[in-house]
Amino acid sequence: MEQVSIMIVGVGGQGTLLASRLLGAALLSSGCGYDVKVSEVHGMSQRGGSVVTYVKFGERVASPIIDLGEADVILAFEQLEAARWLPYLKPEGKVIVNTQRIDPMPVITGAAEYPQGIVEHLRAAGVAVQAIDALALAMESGSAKAVNVVLLGALAKQLLRSSELADATGVSPGIPRGTWEEAVRSTVKPQFAEMNLKAFALGWAA
Amino acid sequence: MQELFLGNEAVARGLWEAGCRFVSSYPGTPSTEITEYAAQYAEIDAEWAPNEKVAFEAAHGACIAGARAFCGQKHVGLNVAADPLFTASYTGVNAGLVVAVADDPGMHSSQNEQDSRHYARATKIMMLEPADSRECLEYTKLAFELSEQFDTPVLLRLSTRISHSRSLAEPGAREERALKEYHKNPRKYVMMPAMAKERHALVEQRILAQREWAETCGLNRAEYFDQTIGVICSGINYQYAREALGEGASYLKLGCVYPLPERLLKEFCARCDVVYVAEDLDDYIEQHCKALGLAVRGKDVFPLLGEFSQNLIKKAILGEEPPHPVAALQPPPRPPVLCPGCPHRGLFYALKRLDVYVSGDIGCYTLGSLPPLGMLDTCVCMGASVSGLHGRNKANPENARKSVAVLGDSTFIHSGITGLINIAYNRSNSVVIILDNSITGMTGHQQNPTTGKTLKGDPAAAVSLEALCAAVGIGHVAVVDPYDMKAAEEAIKAALAAGEPSVVISRRPCALLKHVKHNPPLRVNEACTGCKSCMRIGCPAVSMKAGEGRAKAAIDPTQCVGCGLCAQMCRFGSIE
Ligand SMILES: Cc1ncc(C[n+]2csc(CCOP(=O)(O)OP(=O)(O)O)c2C)c(N)n1
Repeated sequence: MEQVSIMIVGVGGQGTLLASRLLGAALLSSGCGYDVKVSEVHGMSQRGGSVVTYVKFGERVASPIIDLGEADVILAFEQLEAARWLPYLKPEGKVIVNTQRIDPMPVITGAAEYPQGIVEHLRAAGVAVQAIDALALAMESGSAKAVNVVLLGALAKQLLRSSELADATGVSPGIPRGTWEEAVRSTVKPQFAEMNLKAFALGWAA
Repeated sequence: MQELFLGNEAVARGLWEAGCRFVSSYPGTPSTEITEYAAQYAEIDAEWAPNEKVAFEAAHGACIAGARAFCGQKHVGLNVAADPLFTASYTGVNAGLVVAVADDPGMHSSQNEQDSRHYARATKIMMLEPADSRECLEYTKLAFELSEQFDTPVLLRLSTRISHSRSLAEPGAREERALKEYHKNPRKYVMMPAMAKERHALVEQRILAQREWAETCGLNRAEYFDQTIGVICSGINYQYAREALGEGASYLKLGCVYPLPERLLKEFCARCDVVYVAEDLDDYIEQHCKALGLAVRGKDVFPLLGEFSQNLIKKAILGEEPPHPVAALQPPPRPPVLCPGCPHRGLFYALKRLDVYVSGDIGCYTLGSLPPLGMLDTCVCMGASVSGLHGRNKANPENARKSVAVLGDSTFIHSGITGLINIAYNRSNSVVIILDNSITGMTGHQQNPTTGKTLKGDPAAAVSLEALCAAVGIGHVAVVDPYDMKAAEEAIKAALAAGEPSVVISRRPCALLKHVKHNPPLRVNEACTGCKSCMRIGCPAVSMKAGEGRAKAAIDPTQCVGCGLCAQMCRFGSIE
């Protein structure tokens, strides 16, 4: 089945849901006529736990979830989460990772250690990685909360660039920048639109 | 125009289009958003009930009064509503009544993994199961038609992945419906033995008619491709199977899982070489097939535990596993935690200092069972903290001096109050702590009878917990602010020493509520000795950062809401 699978992973409270919602909206308004499925997890894990959202599109999408070895792109809002969900990547897939570090409770209590050099480990495993300091870019755009939109900007650029992705999947995920910006504008509150568009632009340029 | 709908949102849309007028539910993941979305339609009177039994009974009452009505809940919620559900099967309906139940295979947010399809069979109420948002919308509308056609409530079975996935659906217009007239009819609506006997006979006839309907309704459809493998499935498992096997298998997709279409099952099995029943949770369809003498495979290759996926089905049927990269490191787990500034944290730390047995309950505060707080001894179902504590203290009255129950405001109203009445009535010197954070937190901020607001945001009567506890016969009632850990500890100590049924209300609104003002983030100064005392409260905003010499405490300014609990832990005045 020809489809593109994107996983958005992070820590509950980081705004992964908004990112997946924006992605869904952009795909739908792209006019490509894609079938789109977005799978979210609400509830328990939103309380600072590890969270994952799946976005899939293509001619026909059956399962809304992404399984081991199926993701074309993993968009990780936090380093440790990139490592955790890596087995879900296709062998030729790509990881976009925010270099921000958020300690999980076992690390805080001293029961476990936060692994060092995660990005290097991913690269050593032969994975194509784009590392971004999205928190710094979000601050630059005006709010630490805009981390999600910065990362979305990076993902949007990646999708547009990915002619390899189009070859591999038969689906061309190129959505023009304007469509994304429209999705951002129509999803966030009006008073935060400018800030979020700036965050998107910084992510796009990263 | 097709739009992306969350499964739950599509159910709500279906309610509106079907002319549903009244919705009464109690929240529970993954069902909650159905009712929240329904409340956005002006034509639907939607409300949160104190619990699922009340919600169901209200919806049933509305349908008898002639309004199409709905009630939605998570799987365990249907246990609470089960009593009226069984008998509503006998009374049937006047206007249509649809009841959604959302299962949670894999237990993303639940305390058990029960399979609600058994309820359909046990109550003899027909059950539809949609497989995406389009079907959520269509089946919801159809369910009202069926409810009126067969004079029965209709169950709509959802699951986490259906409820919480967005997929395309085509919204339509609302079909406005006048109230149906009510005619007094005790033989139908007054269920005492003589009448119920008659109604039971009708229920059995109804099932026969529905069975016929299920054979030809179009909701159950065979899709024939390669017939060496046949897969019988419903709901999300249909999507997994389609993705896993594509046109390399044939499918019998069941949209009505009770009653099952026996002729269709037999025909499908006859036309495929090997037939698998791909169903997560129990072997509900498989057992039915086997009772029909059909040689299907099922739980011999599929697990009884957890949720399925495309890979799981591929592996079970084809023996294939996909290639995937593996990281050379083992990431430590990231369990959910109490949020920074969560008022429950201070209360739990006070309990930890008192070293008491904690009869726990279900809500955000269940997270207080995880390290470093590690404070719950039990957690079973909503309300069980209170009744369970009573039993513990009856088993050995000595326990009462070192045991408490903890439960939230919503949980207390849901089913804690009956347990408290039991404590007062059958007198045990139990200490019940109500964690009143002014909202139903765990399920994502729903109003409840203690908050003074309705689901639609209108002002409402607010239960006074103090007055309620006093009214049921609790003599010792104290109120504390859990941000003041010393005071909380003293209040609990006093209740434990009171030698009578007692309640401590720990009151402070959830830190995530929009109207709650946060203090500026705290900072660690040079006086920090790195003693780690502040780490004992388990706040995700506080960590130890290596520097020169000993690691010192550090506070993440993006997470800290300035609640001050960590500062209360510090003996060196280093947090300000
Ligand atoms: C019978 C039943 N219905 C619903 C739920 C879902 N649920 C879990 S916790 C909870 C509410 C918790 O609210 P509250 O008691 O106010 O505590 P808080 O989460 O705010 O701390 C609900 C509705 C459930 N587990 N069981």
